[in-house]
Amino acid sequence: MTATLSRATFTGLRCKECGHPYDAGARHVCEDVCFGPLEVVYDYDAIRARVTRATIEAGPASIWRYREFLPVQGDPIDVGTGFTPLVRANRLARRLGLKHLYIKNDGVNMPTLSFKDRVVSVALTRARELGFTTVSCASTGNLANSTAAIAAHAGLECCVFIPADLELGKVLGTLIYNPTLMAVKGNYDQVNRLCSEVANTYGWGFVNINLRPYYSEGSKTLGYEVIEQLGWQLPDHIVAPLASGSLFTKIRKGFDEFIKVGLVDEKPVRFSGAQAEGCSPIAQAFEAGRDFITPVKPDTIAKSIAIGNPADGPYALDIARRTGGTIASVTDEEIVAGIQLLAETEGVFTETAGGTTIAVLKKLAEQGKIDPEETTVAYITGNGLKTLEAISGVVGEPHTIEPQLSSFNAAWERAQSLHRATWEPMGV
Amino acid sequence: MAIQVLIPTPLQKYTADQASVELEASSVDGLLQALDSQFPGIKARLTDEQGKLRRFLNVYVNSEDIRFLDNQATPLRDGDEVSIVPAVAGG
Repeated sequence: MTATLSRATFTGLRCKECGHPYDAGARHVCEDVCFGPLEVVYDYDAIRARVTRATIEAGPASIWRYREFLPVQGDPIDVGTGFTPLVRANRLARRLGLKHLYIKNDGVNMPTLSFKDRVVSVALTRARELGFTTVSCASTGNLANSTAAIAAHAGLECCVFIPADLELGKVLGTLIYNPTLMAVKGNYDQVNRLCSEVANTYGWGFVNINLRPYYSEGSKTLGYEVIEQLGWQLPDHIVAPLASGSLFTKIRKGFDEFIKVGLVDEKPVRFSGAQAEGCSPIAQAFEAGRDFITPVKPDTIAKSIAIGNPADGPYALDIARRTGGTIASVTDEEIVAGIQLLAETEGVFTETAGGTTIAVLKKLAEQGKIDPEETTVAYITGNGLKTLEAISGVVGEPHTIEPQLSSFNAAWERAQSLHRATWEPMGV
Repeated sequence: MAIQVLIPTPLQKYTADQASVELEASSVDGLLQALDSQFPGIKARLTDEQGKLRRFLNVYVNSEDIRFLDNQATPLRDGDEVSIVPAVAGG
């Protein structure tokens, strides 16, 4: 399934490892040589000739303002994905002893409240161009929500695969779009293997398998947006969650591309990654100084990032090391505390992946691995309403009262004394 | 009974388009050898010059990644299912 590329700025695919070229069809690994990952090849001269800061600023308030940097030819599926808030996080910064901290809040991305809407918007646009009528994915939850929703909008048939033990919000939040949902009795890595076996036999477009080279490019927009929202500047340090490692490598690629076409001045950016201790194959390799990943079996509440066999792990390791960043892991208790800390200081309710990111941010700040003077961006990739299980039991309970003033007065007294008992002096 | 091997699409050109083949072998290494005897050239695609499985391929025995077992020395028994899957997927 190849297509003409007249309006496109991309020219084909190429193996990231050995450079072997392929046409821009539905394929994701270097089939002819080394099985390495395929990447989209762009004509950067053409992009440079078409794009300026002004043309981007005049574009839609979505990822499609960067469409010249994305591997699509015709009209994109634009459901308002992207251009999410970059929030100056002064209260959290003071709590952590930092001075210039920002939260990139993809927990309010459209249409399904996670960064996955970016990659799926690109993948389904390309799937349609390549002639697919059914789309699919192997998901830890957020991707299933997004693929099902955007497929519904685009009128594509949809069959998605998830581990059977996901949070209720992720399951119902997929079923509502009426896809076929396969809940696999196993962990994500088993789901992923099954999908790899299915991918080429049913003629479907699997967004993160045979469409993965296009899909993953959508994450670059998290790099572009931060540059634009910082006033066309790079940050000094970013902290992002690591599951497969793809998001991390594509934020880096986004920064590099804007430098390459002259949209932003070059400067070093440190890349730090966050994993849950119960699924930390990349953090373990970083700690041990290895350049290969030993797979693990996930056991963590951070299900959305519980990938024990991360496809882009070696690339994420390399980026963290080359940029002077760190890859660290935190316990499930620290993850919950991270969710609470972000909510209480910034009014942003994130899911477990975001709790992991904030907990690692805190850990790195305490260890002096983030300079207080650095402009630091923490990427929050998902919404807390989808993983309510993680915080139920730790956020207290409402004061249930009668509809009478006396009942309220008594309850307010009790609330105040409870508050005093748990109150600790804070600098903010 | 023999070992059933699931062949990924890119390598099915070596197996006359068969997605699944049956072979006799007592370990993963032995299986790679047996595959190559029956389908000449396939081993060079699966392994490097030292005979080590390529970095971007995962091999599973009865759904378990061989890196959780004994890697290429993992023993095989009649009736086992071996799946060869390109590693770069998902996430």
